[in-house]
Amino acid sequence: MSDFFTTAILVATAASGVRLAVPLLFASLGETFGQRSGVLNLGVDGIMLLGAFGGYYAVLQTGSVWLGLLIGIVVGMLLGLVSALISVTLRAEQGISGIGIYLFGLGMSDLLFQKLVGTPLPITKFPKLNFPVLSDIPVIGELLFQHSVVVYLAFLAVPVSMYIINKTTFGMNIRAVGENPEAADSLGVSVNRIRYATVIIGGTLAGVAGAALAIDLGIFQQNLTNAQGFIAIALVYFGAWRPVGVMLGSLLYGFVNAIVLQLKTLAIIPPDLSDFAAMAPAIITILALVVVARRFKAPAALTKPYSRGE
Amino acid sequence: MLEMRAITKRFPGVLANDRVDFDLRAGEVHTLLGENGAGKSTLMKILYGLYQPDEGEILLNGSPVEIHSPTDAIDLNVGMIHQHFMMVESLTVAENVALGLPSNRGFRTDLDAVSERITELGTRYGLKIDPSATVWQLSVGQKQRVEIIKALFRDANLLILDEPTAVLTPQEVDQLFKTLRQMTEDGRGLIFISHKLHEVLALSDRITVLRQGRITGQVPVEGATRESLARMMVGREVKLAPDKPAVEPGRPRLRIESLTVLGDRGDEAVRSLNLEVRAGEILSIAGVSGNGQREMAETIGGLRQPTSGAIFIDDTDVAGKTPAEIRAAGLSYVPEGRMKNGCIGAFTVSENLLLVDHQKAPYVKWGLFDFGVIKEHSAQLVKQYAVKTPTLDTTARSLSGGNIQKLILAREISGTPKVLVASQPTRGVDIGAAEYIHKRLVEQRTEDTAILVISEDLDEVFALADRIAVIYEGQIMGMVDPATTSREEIGLMMAGVHPETTSDRP
Ligand SMILES: Nc1ncnc2c1ncn2[C@@H]1O[C@H](COP(=O)(O)OP(=O)(O)O)[C@@H](O)[C@H]1O
Ligand SMILES: [Mg+2]
Repeated sequence: MSDFFTTAILVATAASGVRLAVPLLFASLGETFGQRSGVLNLGVDGIMLLGAFGGYYAVLQTGSVWLGLLIGIVVGMLLGLVSALISVTLRAEQGISGIGIYLFGLGMSDLLFQKLVGTPLPITKFPKLNFPVLSDIPVIGELLFQHSVVVYLAFLAVPVSMYIINKTTFGMNIRAVGENPEAADSLGVSVNRIRYATVIIGGTLAGVAGAALAIDLGIFQQNLTNAQGFIAIALVYFGAWRPVGVMLGSLLYGFVNAIVLQLKTLAIIPPDLSDFAAMAPAIITILALVVVARRFKAPAALTKPYSRGE
Repeated sequence: MLEMRAITKRFPGVLANDRVDFDLRAGEVHTLLGENGAGKSTLMKILYGLYQPDEGEILLNGSPVEIHSPTDAIDLNVGMIHQHFMMVESLTVAENVALGLPSNRGFRTDLDAVSERITELGTRYGLKIDPSATVWQLSVGQKQRVEIIKALFRDANLLILDEPTAVLTPQEVDQLFKTLRQMTEDGRGLIFISHKLHEVLALSDRITVLRQGRITGQVPVEGATRESLARMMVGREVKLAPDKPAVEPGRPRLRIESLTVLGDRGDEAVRSLNLEVRAGEILSIAGVSGNGQREMAETIGGLRQPTSGAIFIDDTDVAGKTPAEIRAAGLSYVPEGRMKNGCIGAFTVSENLLLVDHQKAPYVKWGLFDFGVIKEHSAQLVKQYAVKTPTLDTTARSLSGGNIQKLILAREISGTPKVLVASQPTRGVDIGAAEYIHKRLVEQRTEDTAILVISEDLDEVFALADRIAVIYEGQIMGMVDPATTSREEIGLMMAGVHPETTSDRP
């Protein structure tokens, strides 16, 4: 155990926690937009998987991580569009239709991987940034200033999301549509247009999350996300539908995950318990959710499709 | 300014509007009057773009218009205040007002400018409101103000008000009418929907009456009376106040002594309340909803536990007993929630009529229902109380509100109770059925029953009561004689103002 409590290992663990939080942060911020407007998309994990494969394959073929990220964006947008079509236009039961998207993403990403790649080949990872002076500060440097651009983008997305939700007319419309779509409609706010927009934003960020995960690991395999998309949905509840809350949840999950991985690497957790240990992050996060989330109310129209009384 | 011609709208199985013509001039209040389900809201939702008419055309300022959505309506300066508040509770007043409008600052909201304009409009029209308050914190009257400001903010020249007074106190109604008159003075046209006849007479310039989707009359307010309007609404002569044979009240049969009851939020909804209802009289409780009357009635009926105090039916203290024990002591109870506590929607008419007596002879023989007797008994009650139902085996849920209420009343009165408590007995019930329910309640006085009627409808209170008790914040503010007291005096007492000269107990 004492091996763990050395500065070097603690800092490395924390830094990797920040990295591990990134895919969750993208995905749960995206899901926050959808849920604030009243749409629960349970398909996040499926979109992440296809985004991950798309990103991986693009990097494998071209060697460009940026092209990989772009493919993640495009895949996410398209699947977001499909999700919106199903839940907004077709008004499907949201608790079920998202599972369909998930299963589609799970199966399709594996199928494409088997057909197009077959044996897992590693790909180029995101380059780490190196800030003059800052990156060399002990502890803080490693913790904050030695990450890839994607990490900074993810955390930058937090204030941007806050600004959009709280300070723009688009954000006000999102909140209105999620609480009382009828009232919004009666004032000429197009409920469907807003919900399409948020679900597509959600899909896009899920696609980015997947691509970021694959390119960060430099690998793809079946069920690469390991249900992180579902954790992301739980984090939205945990974060009380607020970007900062969602970020704290993602970091909590990232840190717990990093600690477990580190303890395994150091063989502090015996190998035969590693399956249990793998569940720890999810369990701890869900427990935190149960304790914290009670106090906040979900958007009143969450999961309810809208149609004008006719 | 507006002409709607031959508007027809069909819903599956219902002809909601049947070739309806309606027009509005600038500067007038044109009232649309009709029973529940007459098609008033439907006609107005067509005008506001929420529904599309099947036939007919709409002309605004002389030219035909197509209104496909609320956005179209807003662009044509048509505003609507809906029957139910259309507000986002978690947003602030300013945000609710700004919703759907372009902002001066592009994609960023510009709530300061919006707030300023709200204050401006508020001062001009007597609509005081704090723009930064979150809507869920507001009182009903304040929410109503926000709805009007929303419309004014969008420069509505034609404003539709769908039952705007349903939830207001008399004082709030007065204030609202002042604002509305000021709006017509500015040359705006108002369409007012209501089924409260005295309000219609107080506010309107013209009145159009709808019945079952058709226009049955259009009259100027001059010369219209409550009776003439009611006749057009129902299609026959209606007695708005039942004939009341004089009955000499006897001894107190229901006595409530320093009753204290907690409300749903744990506050004291009823505070050391004292009340007596005598045999052969109707005592009406008047009050704005939320002042403890519901909790009091529920406690008498055994649906809620009192924290202290006593409730005597004749000489039995029933406070805190179960509903079955209280019924056995001689109480009949028509609860406020028709579908929640009054009947079982999925049960048939006949089963609902039996609910209270289902363990007794002659309906049960050797532990089994005697369906012959039950059928006979139900058929008789249904006939006697004019419950309109296709068969005795129809489920209660598929009847109209008025008929469900008659059904409950039939069950409750048929046992000749010692005490009858009726909460909002005609809320949401059409005038014809209300007339009938009132008649039965008044008749029940001659059976020596002590009757307690709780109602928010002052017309009903005046029509029925031998004495009126005004409730305010869980206590009886005063006891007055309806023959010598005006609506205004009672309105003030309902708002918590102590009557300067309380007429003594009559
Ligand atoms: N969206 C709808 N779908 C089906 N029937 C409706 C709908 N809206 C109203 N109706 C029916 O149309 C009739 C008129 O209703 P409404 O216009 O709401 O009456 P009012 O406002 O006069 O009480 C009623 O029978 C009602 O049940
Ligand atoms: Mg209506």
